[in-house]
This record gives sequence, structure tokens and C-alpha cells, in this order.
Amino acid sequence: MAAFQGRSCECTYSLIHYSPGLDVDAIFLQIINGLDKGAAYALIALGLTLVFGTLGVVNFAHGALFMLGAFTTVSTQALLTMSMKIRDTSITFFEAYKEVPYLQVWWGDTGKAIIDYAVPISLLLVIPVMLLIGLLMERGLIRHFYKRIPADQILMTFGLAIVLQEIIKANFGANPIPVPAPEIVAGSAQIGSWLGMSDAIVYPWWRLIYFLFSLLVIGAVFAFLQLTTFGMVVRAGMHNREMVGLLGINIERKFTIVFGLGAVVAGLAGAMYTPILPPDYNMGMNFLVLSFVVVVVGGMGSLGGAVIAGFLLGILQSFASMNQVNSIIPGIDQIIIYLVAILIILVRPRGLMGREGVMED
Amino acid sequence: MENGSATKDFITLLVFAVAILTMPIWMAPIGANYPDLLQRFAIYGIFAIGFNLLFGLTGYLSFGHAAFLGVGSYTAVWSFKLLSMNILPALLFSVLFTGLLAAVIGFVSLRRSGIYFAILTLAIAQMSYNLAYSVLTPITNGETGLQLRNYDVRIIDNLFGKVATEGIPSTNLFGITMSGYSGFYFSAVVLILCFWISLRIFRSPFGITLRGIKSNQKRMGYTGFNTRPYLLAVFIISGMYAGLAGGLLAVTDPLAGAERMEWTASGEVVLMTILGGLGTLSGPMIGAVVIKYFENIFSSIGDQRLLEIFSWAPDGLQHALAYVVSPFVGNGWQLTLGLLFVVIIIFLPGGLVSGFKRIFTKLKPIAKGVAKKEAKKEGADTGEAGT
Repeated sequence: MAAFQGRSCECTYSLIHYSPGLDVDAIFLQIINGLDKGAAYALIALGLTLVFGTLGVVNFAHGALFMLGAFTTVSTQALLTMSMKIRDTSITFFEAYKEVPYLQVWWGDTGKAIIDYAVPISLLLVIPVMLLIGLLMERGLIRHFYKRIPADQILMTFGLAIVLQEIIKANFGANPIPVPAPEIVAGSAQIGSWLGMSDAIVYPWWRLIYFLFSLLVIGAVFAFLQLTTFGMVVRAGMHNREMVGLLGINIERKFTIVFGLGAVVAGLAGAMYTPILPPDYNMGMNFLVLSFVVVVVGGMGSLGGAVIAGFLLGILQSFASMNQVNSIIPGIDQIIIYLVAILIILVRPRGLMGREGVMED
Repeated sequence: MENGSATKDFITLLVFAVAILTMPIWMAPIGANYPDLLQRFAIYGIFAIGFNLLFGLTGYLSFGHAAFLGVGSYTAVWSFKLLSMNILPALLFSVLFTGLLAAVIGFVSLRRSGIYFAILTLAIAQMSYNLAYSVLTPITNGETGLQLRNYDVRIIDNLFGKVATEGIPSTNLFGITMSGYSGFYFSAVVLILCFWISLRIFRSPFGITLRGIKSNQKRMGYTGFNTRPYLLAVFIISGMYAGLAGGLLAVTDPLAGAERMEWTASGEVVLMTILGGLGTLSGPMIGAVVIKYFENIFSSIGDQRLLEIFSWAPDGLQHALAYVVSPFVGNGWQLTLGLLFVVIIIFLPGGLVSGFKRIFTKLKPIAKGVAKKEAKKEGADTGEAGT
């Protein structure tokens, strides 16, 4: 698989170097800095909670779904930039060839623009691919584990995550693959001057887009659950599965689709995250551990809790990595999320918004 | 669960001891007879046996057990650096220190059970992993890993005038160098000791209480048991096992790195226990051997070696076979591991040990020529669980 070595994405590493005193600007900056990571946590945790709330399965392979979404984008990009060798006419003194993508050869500037927009275009592919993967996973494997003990479910999905991860590693290699965002949003937004704050507050466009996109997806999921008949049945099923079954509704089929939905949400989150963090095969696992923490902090089985906790923890992490905070408690940025999780589990095991009777002893 | 008599237990222990001590002989045909690997079998066997005491007996799934392994290693290396190259103080400190740590972690995390316990232990282990890489660098030496140096103090060694002339001295047990086969035999003896302790715990009233907690903690409470101290005790014991394993890892190779504490390492020990057979005596050991064997042998098979393996096949088939198998070996050995894992959990929830047992119960009547209905029925019952 030829990794596309295009222009590196500026927004990936352009973290804002700005360290004033603890004033409103600094606080605002840390809040927006935490938003994109928080958005990723929220999206993954949302899918996890959906699956947990409906199917009752603790899905350790959910991080792998996030990763698969990201690699669907990588594949799309590789597909779009499939190249042919063309004689380089600018070099005259020997026969030089350069690689030019087919799309550019065929359609010129239009083709170039299509390649530039590889990430948004890939979303069209991500949705069906992830839906299919999700449905296959549920029908093929997870369905057999509803009646098993939670430990078996955890271990099976853990094994599945290893398998998916290794398949990706075998095909794409172990190194992170850079995926650029479209040229037009490569720079940073002048959020500070928009809001009448310091001009020094800038925020990469793509992160802003990611945040808005995540709000859109979260809104769509909630709308789907709240406004459609299908969503109503699913919500009823989350409350009392048996009762809904007794009413003559095939709740299993609905839940299968919910699993697919969770996979799509995770996949979209991963696909859009590629310009922020070049994907490698291990990215899902890293996010998964934190997402579990998010789910627990938000409250097992609570969708709203998962979303709020995701953003909260993202922002909290960003605050903890401030220099001022780090100089008071060294290393706090490394452990803050886990520390909060431990406190929450011990003091308020239901999490922020957990329902009564979910996974309690 | 077999509840054997004292003689039966003695025979089990004897068989186990003989099997472990003769590993250099019967491992030779499958290409695993080199001391480094054998030693790792023994060490991870200890780790898995200890983990099984917690997870297998009480059903509390700890996803952060590797933290104890890592801490044990660090403690042992510090003992080598500060006190003596003798391994006994190193192991003693490893066990004691991880025991203390386990008492603290257990006190906190055992307040919750089920998935919350798993996430609590995972969070604590990840915290220690991250700290080892960042703030605790003076103690852990960060990414480089903690290593022995020429200028280490080694108070006790110096007291007895055993000053190293040049180079870094090797770890030893009162003069016996702990490398090669002597290292393996030492680990093997420790392993057999650990197995014996685990056997005693399985048979003791303590062990039976723990199993009671697994099957119904609420009811145990109703019968007047305060389950928390029992759980804490077994958590500490299990942590000590892990610390001992970590210490032994440092004995083999006096270098401790934080990657031993990563949560994938915690996952690995869960794998070993499940693969071998959760809650069985010998299962974790079998699981540890199988996984470490896979890791070492499979990961070392390259494309050239594959062609050699399939050299019996006709030319075209040889390359075809090598092509099909190659993603599963070498760098891709973890793929095999993951697949094996999924397959085991789906079809053999009791692990390899239950598989052997099932084969045994099926073969027994055939061997006798009498088809016992009960055996068949039992086989069918357990077979149901896989679907």
C-alpha cells in the first residue's frame, strides 16, 4: 500500500504556543484546546454507550472501529491518489519521470481538487463500510455473547480488537500515515479577534470543523433516537428489553442496527480525526481506554452523560497540561483523567448522569 | 473443580514439578529449548498463576496487573543497584513492595466490583505507567529503562569486599551466576513453590470462601462473611505473585522498562489465564507457555524459514502455502494470537484444560469399549456452551 506522502498537514502539530498568566484569554484558550479531543472522546463514548445500553455488551473492539474509520479515509486517499509515471518535461538533460495521480491526468485541476478534499469525500465511503462492518461484527460474533458473563464479552471483543489491529498493521504498516485536510482549511481561525479577545488566540480550522462536525453527529444520533419511531422502540428496549419483545417487536434486529449505528459514529469520528492525528494501527486502543473512563464518568448507559463527560474530560486534560498547573503538581496532565475516573467511581459510582440499576451491585 | 485428596494433590504437584524441570528435554523437539525462553515460561507462569488466584477464584477481573510486574522489576533493579547483586534480597524487596502497593490499590479498587473494578484497576495501572514515563523519571529512568551501571553503590557487596573488578557484575545466588540454565532452574523451583502455594490456597477454606464470593457475593454476605478482607488478602497475594515475576524478569535481564506496565501487558496475562483455563490449577501455566511460545517462535519465522518448512510440498504449492501462512507469523504473530483468543473464547470457554478434559471424557468410554451415557451427555452439555 503506497502511503501518500503529500504535503504535511499544518494543523497537526501547530499547537498554540501561548502562555500568558491565568486570565480569561488563557482559560478560553484551554477550553477550545480541549474541545477537539473532547469531541473525539464524546463520539467514541456515545457509540460505546449506545452498544452497552442496548445490547448490554462491553465492547472493547470499539476503539478498533474508530481506527477502522480512520483507515477507510487512508484507503480513500490512497485510491484517489493512485498515480502513473509521466515524463517530467521541466528536466531536460536526462529522462526524468514524476508520479502524477490519474485523477489529475484525467481531469486536471478538478482532479486535483478532488484529491485535496479526500477526507470529506471519504466520509461517503466510511458510512456504508462501517455500517457493514458493524452489522457483520454483531451478527457474526457479538450476538453469540449476549448470554455469556461480562468477562467473556470483554475478552472476546479484546481479542477481536487485536485481530482488527493486526490486519491493519499488516496492510498499512506500523507507522502513522499523514492525511492532510483540504488546503482551504489548513490554516488557523482567528477566534480571538472574532470574539474581541486577544489576537493571539488562534485555533486550527480543522479542529473547529471537527468540533462542529461532532456536534452535528451527536445531534443527529439524539434526533434519531428521540424523533423517529425506530428510535422510540430502541429507547424502550434500552429500558426494558423483555417488555418490548413481548409487545411483538423484533428488538434484536433493531439492536443489530443500533450496533451498526455505533460503528458508524466511531468510524466517522476516526475518519475526521485523521488530519489532527496521523492514524496508526494503535490509535484505537489509546482512545478506547480513555473512552471507557469517559463512559464511566458520564454514567453507564447514559448517552447524555457520555457526551458531556467526553467534552469535560477533554477540556480538563487541556487545563492540566498548562504550564502553571504542571508546575504546581508535576505530571498531573498525564494522570488527570484517570484520577477523575477513580474519584468518580469511588464517590459517585453512577457517574454524572447514570441511571439507577445499570451495572450496579 | 476437582477436589482431590492429599495424595492426589501430591501427585499433581509431583507431575507438575517433573514436567517443569524436564522442560529442557521435552521442549527440545519443538525448538523451545533455550534457557532464555524457558525462563520466560516459568516467570510468566508465576504471573499467570498469581493472576488466576484473583480472577479465577473470585471472578474479579483486574485489568491493571502489569503494574505490579513493572513495579517488581523496578524494585529488583534498584536492589541490584543499591544493595547487592544477590537475587534473594532483590526478590524479597520486589515481593514486599508490590505487596504493600497491592494493599493500597486493593483497598481503593475493591470497593467496587464487575466492570467498575476492571476500570479502576486499569486506570490505576495506566496512571503508574504514565507517571513512570514522566514525573518518576528519576526513579524509572523513563524510556531508556532502568539499567545497572558501573558506579552503582551495592552497599552489601562492597561490605563483603566483592568489588567488581571491571564491567557490570551479573546477578547471582551466593556466587551461582543466574544466567543460562541455572537461571531457568532457579525460576523453575520458584515456580513449583508458587504452584504449591496456589494448590494449598485452592484447597484451603480461604480458597473455598473466595469461590463462594465468585458464585454469589451477596449470599456470602448474608451468611455472615465480611467478604472485603478475603478479597483484599487474595488481591495482595496475587499482586505479590506478579511482583515476584517482575523481580525474576529483572534477574534474567537487569533492565526494567515501563512498557512492562502498559495495559496490553495486563491484557496478556488475562489472555494466558483464559487460554489455559480460568480457575484451574495448571491452566494458567499452560496458557503462559503457549502464548510465550507463540510470541518467541512464531515471531521469529521469516519468509525464508517458511519456504524451508514447506519444502516437502511441490514447488508451486510450496510458495502458495508460504504466501498464505506468512501474514500469521513473523511480525504478524499477534494476529494468530488474537484469532486463537477469539476462537478459544467462542468454542472453549473453559480454556485448553477444559478442552483436554472433554477429549479425555470422550476417549475414556471408547478406550474401555463401553459407551457411558453420562459422559456423552456431559460432553453434549458442555458442547452447547460454545454456540
